[in-house]
Amino acid sequence: MTTLPLTPYNPPYDAAALTATHYDLNEADHPEGGSTLLGFWIYLMSDCLIFAMLFAVYGVLGGNFAAGPGPRDLFDLPLVALNTAMLLGSSLTYGLAMIAMQRGHVRGVQGWLIATALFGAGFVAIELSEFAHLIALGATPQRSAFLSSFFTLVGTHGLHVTFGLVWLAVLVVQLAQTGLTAANQRRLLCLSLFWHFLDVVWVCVFSVVYLMGSLR
Amino acid sequence: MPNSVPSWSPLLGRLSLDVLPLHEPIILVTFAVVALAGGALLAAVTWFRLWGYLWSEWFTSVDHKKIGVMYMVLGLVMFLRGFADALLMRVQQAVGFNGNEGFLPAHHYDQVFTAHGVIMIFFVAMPFVTGLMNFVVPLQIGARDVSFPFLNNLSFWLTASGAALVMVSLFVGEFAATGWLAYPPLSGLGYSPGVGVDYYIWALQIAGVGTTLSGINLIVTIVKLRAPGMTMMRMPVFVWTALCTNVLIVASFPVLTAVLALLSLDRYVGTDFFTNDFGGSPMMYVNLIWIWGHPEVYILILPIFGVFSEITATFSGKRLFGYASMVYATVVITVLSYVVWLHHFFTMGSGASVNSFFGITTMVISIPTGAKLFNWLFTMYHGRIRYELPMMWTVAFMLTFVIGGMTGVMLAVPPADFVLHNSLFLVAHFHNVIIGGVVFGTFAAINYWWPKAFGFRLEPFWGKVSFWCWVPGFWLAFAPLYVMGLMGVTRRMRVFDDGSLQPYFIVAALGAGLIACGIGAMLVQFGVSIARRESLRDETGDPWGGRTLEWATSSPPPAYNFAFTPLVHDLDAWDDMQRKGVARPVAGFRDIAMPLNTGTGVVLAAISTVFGFGMIWHIWWLAGTGLTGIVVTAIVHTFNGRRTHHIAAAEVAMIETARTRQLAPATGA
Amino acid sequence: MSAVHTDTPHDDVPHFSGRDYAVGFAASAVLTAVPFALVMGGGLHDKLLTGLVIAGFAVAQIVVHMVCFLHMNTRSQGGWNFLALAFTAVLVLIVLSGSMWVMYHLNENMMPQGAMPPGLSDQP
Repeated sequence: MTTLPLTPYNPPYDAAALTATHYDLNEADHPEGGSTLLGFWIYLMSDCLIFAMLFAVYGVLGGNFAAGPGPRDLFDLPLVALNTAMLLGSSLTYGLAMIAMQRGHVRGVQGWLIATALFGAGFVAIELSEFAHLIALGATPQRSAFLSSFFTLVGTHGLHVTFGLVWLAVLVVQLAQTGLTAANQRRLLCLSLFWHFLDVVWVCVFSVVYLMGSLR
Repeated sequence: MPNSVPSWSPLLGRLSLDVLPLHEPIILVTFAVVALAGGALLAAVTWFRLWGYLWSEWFTSVDHKKIGVMYMVLGLVMFLRGFADALLMRVQQAVGFNGNEGFLPAHHYDQVFTAHGVIMIFFVAMPFVTGLMNFVVPLQIGARDVSFPFLNNLSFWLTASGAALVMVSLFVGEFAATGWLAYPPLSGLGYSPGVGVDYYIWALQIAGVGTTLSGINLIVTIVKLRAPGMTMMRMPVFVWTALCTNVLIVASFPVLTAVLALLSLDRYVGTDFFTNDFGGSPMMYVNLIWIWGHPEVYILILPIFGVFSEITATFSGKRLFGYASMVYATVVITVLSYVVWLHHFFTMGSGASVNSFFGITTMVISIPTGAKLFNWLFTMYHGRIRYELPMMWTVAFMLTFVIGGMTGVMLAVPPADFVLHNSLFLVAHFHNVIIGGVVFGTFAAINYWWPKAFGFRLEPFWGKVSFWCWVPGFWLAFAPLYVMGLMGVTRRMRVFDDGSLQPYFIVAALGAGLIACGIGAMLVQFGVSIARRESLRDETGDPWGGRTLEWATSSPPPAYNFAFTPLVHDLDAWDDMQRKGVARPVAGFRDIAMPLNTGTGVVLAAISTVFGFGMIWHIWWLAGTGLTGIVVTAIVHTFNGRRTHHIAAAEVAMIETARTRQLAPATGA
Repeated sequence: MSAVHTDTPHDDVPHFSGRDYAVGFAASAVLTAVPFALVMGGGLHDKLLTGLVIAGFAVAQIVVHMVCFLHMNTRSQGGWNFLALAFTAVLVLIVLSGSMWVMYHLNENMMPQGAMPPGLSDQP
């Protein structure tokens, strides 16, 4: 409706210079994907909060055995130690995949990704067998609030690992199709964050659930 | 039959002809109206051959401006549904005296107040603020789009999917009858064995994913895509409030996701998180849901505070007073919103020490909001104030919201809350702040940014009619509730023993009727403005004398927003450019890379709706297929390398030349 | 690549070195083995102390993971990564400790021992 009158700001009034200092006339294209890593990191923080909630629930309800079995009756610490070794090993192999990526070795990356997946699959398999054993003993998720929170917390972590396995497989295929493109490197970096973050959560899980639980 | 455990078959799950509300006349009539109106709309779209246009220009668009408009449309449609629920309640409560049972039986009434709350919070207020932030933020920071345009589109459709599930619940099955937060044990399997709570859970889980993704999107956009020279302390205040709001979203919605997941595990698998036995704790649900719930109300109000900052500065013709303190106040509110949640359940029994702590923190959090109000007042002081509709709504907000805030401080005192908790006083308080804040603010924002979005102004007369119906209407509808709350009347009651309350409820119902006139007037305003849009054209792109960068573009802006990214030297960048006399570049245009439209978001959301429906009705094969479909579609989408296209320099030149011609008469000699 | 954008530089990608991973792996292995051995060996005389020791080792291992595997530093993404992490950590602390404090008091006041018989039916 109303247009303010144009007034010179700094005589002499150099219109071209003013325009050039207030608009980017030599703008280069934004390279794609500059936002991806930060966005993925923030997503990971939100995932962290979900786990924090599950830990809070475990913290509050984890002592409610409802006259049923407790941690000392159920936890097989050597098995958990083996599982921890699996996950730690997978973190190492993923790191080696990143070094291969840095050197531009597609085959090397794929190989280490598959190694990571094998460790991860081993982790999930061991965990599933642990769950099956507990259920066979009658220590089902429905038996008590302690068991509900145990299965949910550990199971959610296991679900995340499973999702990571799917992602690993997809990436191996994508690397085979197009090689170490910028997009694939971004994906590898994101999965790196995801995978290591899962190991961080596992440190909390084995410490709070299994080790501290065995002290109860 | 309410609350009975339905039968189950492998093919149809719990679905059967019994779940259709064939014996409930109100719902049947509603269905008839919706079917007729909806059918007419679909027929009209088909008749005018608009499906192709709608699909390629709107539904598959990744343009933040279009997505923002779609959010606003969704919010408006759901607002009408949520308000219908409000009218039902007002009438029922006005007649439910002296043995009169009213027209809503208990099971139906409980669903009405639950649906009213769920819809208004999740499918009206959230879409409105998300839509505003989506439309305005990239323009205000001088960007061409958000950081993740496809996710933006997906977020919208996931929200729409949740809304669709809630709407379907009206005609197929039932909705939750638990109140909008669905506390267990009432929402557990024992007391709600039907599908109602499952509709609630899946609608919110699906929509919640969309909201969380949108939160991540806008944070990264604001951090990464600001125009050069726009430091954090040169961002418009609306962008600051948007940033803090989206931080709140990302930091609170995961809590909701987790809690609803635990409730659904209790219901589907038989776990014992929130049960009365086997070690469960319903109180833990209340604790966790309000850890989400309190930041949620700040998610709703912070963007609106930003809207008022922009409008006050523009219509006072002055720079906003106290920019730095506005920023600090917003950040302080964001952080403090995480240490007040217990004030929603002072009466649950945590004791004096815990209650005192949270009572004090709750009172403290009102201080930064007060600081903001003073800043707006100081902005207006000695300004040349123009009382256009956005400013009128802003003044109404100031007067209304302040009262609501003060009643909030009353409620923050635990001993007082022991009297007022779950009374009509509480109901009046939160409607006071939500309507006075979010609704008035949304109307202000719509009137303010409509010209920018559509290229023509809203016709003021019907807008003023709407305003003068809404503001007295709101007070008529809710002042009686404050009085009754202080007298001790409980919320969510359907019939009353005390006949002396009836006059209050009748006044409240009249207020609701006046609000209905206000809503009608607003719809008329939209219709009349669209019909008369040529005479209401905004040729300049800056009809209000704005101060921020969105007003530097044409109305509506071109798809790429800015042909050349602005370089920012000061706060109120557009005002700065105008006072220096900076001329628009009129030559030397380049190709501009923009993201391509995609249908994947629509597809993913559609499959999610199917998945949700399958889970709700225990149709396991459908749910399983849906889940697989979601995963497969998402993976396939990652193989699609064609994400961007270029708008050719010649086309940019054409658009910008047309803009130069459009501006020429206004600049005179 | 224009230097004038507020984008953080695109060599923000960390440098991956074998040494980081080797050190991280070894440190993590030790920080895992010690608490396991401690608990499997019966723990210390004081349960609370044992719990604190386990927690301490966990925190140390998380830091190792953050630094060696996730390459966390205060500069990546213009400091926003670290800010997001710090903010999340604060929130997690508030929510965890707040919930435990609140629930402890609620349970004390509302569910005193012996008042509620276990296994009470959930049916109406």
